[in-house]
Amino acid sequence: MKMLTGFLAPSSGTASILGHDIQSQTLQAQRQIGYLPEGAPCYGDMTVRGFLEFIAEVRGFRGADKRQRVEAAVAQVELEKVLGQSIETLSKGFKRRVGLAQAILHDPKVLILDEPTDGLDPNQKHQVRQLIQGLAHDKIVIISTHILEEVTAVCTRAVVIAGGKLVADGTPLELESRSKYHQAVTLVSDNPLDDIALAALPGVAGVELNERENSLTVLAQPGQVIFPQINALISQRGWVVTELDVERGRLDEVFRTLTRGEAL
Amino acid sequence: MSQLPVIFKRELASYFATPLAYVFIVIFLVLSGVFTFYLGGFYERGQADLTPFFSFHTWLYLFLVPAIAMRLWAEERKSGSIELLMTLPITRFEAVTGKFLAAWVFAGIALLLTFPMVVTVNYLGEPDNGVIAAAYLGSWLLAGAFLAIGSCMSALAKNQVIAFILSVAVCFLFIVSGLPMVLDAFAWAPQWLIDAVASLSFLIRFDSISKGVIDLRDLLYFVTLIVAWLAATAVVVDLKKAA
Repeated sequence: MKMLTGFLAPSSGTASILGHDIQSQTLQAQRQIGYLPEGAPCYGDMTVRGFLEFIAEVRGFRGADKRQRVEAAVAQVELEKVLGQSIETLSKGFKRRVGLAQAILHDPKVLILDEPTDGLDPNQKHQVRQLIQGLAHDKIVIISTHILEEVTAVCTRAVVIAGGKLVADGTPLELESRSKYHQAVTLVSDNPLDDIALAALPGVAGVELNERENSLTVLAQPGQVIFPQINALISQRGWVVTELDVERGRLDEVFRTLTRGEAL
Repeated sequence: MSQLPVIFKRELASYFATPLAYVFIVIFLVLSGVFTFYLGGFYERGQADLTPFFSFHTWLYLFLVPAIAMRLWAEERKSGSIELLMTLPITRFEAVTGKFLAAWVFAGIALLLTFPMVVTVNYLGEPDNGVIAAAYLGSWLLAGAFLAIGSCMSALAKNQVIAFILSVAVCFLFIVSGLPMVLDAFAWAPQWLIDAVASLSFLIRFDSISKGVIDLRDLLYFVTLIVAWLAATAVVVDLKKAA
């Protein structure tokens, strides 16, 4: 991300943003980008309005155009109440929003957000995600995150990079399907369950006993859907199942396997 | 080029957003007054000129100017805002020059606020105001050279205090290179080397300007020095921004 935005030079290779090479046409590329650096650093001694106007001016807006841009960005991230406050007195959530306002101010085609929800409370996270989803309609939004639920929540394509190397690239669903828990069924019952009978069902790769009593997870073979068979077995045996859960796959487990360099 | 005034404006405003600007100006005015009247013997000399005022500027700047310059880049690096600044569509030249000019104009404002000195000396006698104007110009150029060095040191160090000490040290070298104690150490050297070392000195250049002699070579010396140190700043910023 730091390379895409022209902050660091790549040690080899290059990239281009909407046709502008990041090394030879850095300025043109930077004009297309809105960037929220990690932790949303700002000039703390400036007021929110002063800071946003500075960014607008750097982006080449003057006079009425500038005011209108600032107002539009402020409205989009709901900063109206704190416009006159200096940035260092704001809470973390507000600071992040100032950073976002700064990034979307010039209506960039490409938006690069480094850990946009890191350190925010659940409400703020929800707000930021909604904002990102709203922006994604007409922009390319690239986010980095360590929060894997966010990948499922907002992304249409996910890329895992470990040690500078690309280890996975696909939709969140594709990534999830690489998990051994993809299409796995977790059962919780009041009575003991017959794990041998479950393991013998067609398409079942194995059965894992969970720590909870009378709870187990039935793993599916890759590409198989096992829920109907299990359901049939439950009604045939008359088990009282209190919880039944079909898993989409565990992203964190995929992530751990990928970044540790183990083959799936 | 078009974004330079924007950077300049923000930087200058940021000086006045904190008490730093006012503290600096007050200290500068008080110290320059103290030096002029007590150490310089302004009244005792019985001459209507500002020599005692300007002759202490070099030493005053040695400690005060690095204090303005130290935050230029070190603060950006510390707060991480350098990442923001460097990913905005501005060139290194605009960022480095904009910041420097803001600091330089700020130093100029502090310098202009010493105008009561000029008023006093004009009230007491009939000084050569041309010489005084030349000396002001020289003093401002001197501050610019100190600032350019300070800006480079600030880009080198992440810590403002280290930036301050480094720039004081480098500026000190540039001052003392014209003093006998340094030149005597070069007694073994050929005359051209001694001349070269002496010609690097702020003291000698500044002295001649403050006597009212505006020599093109002296002006060129300060301008070259500023440009060279700013170029070095740009290089250092590029190299160390990730650290």
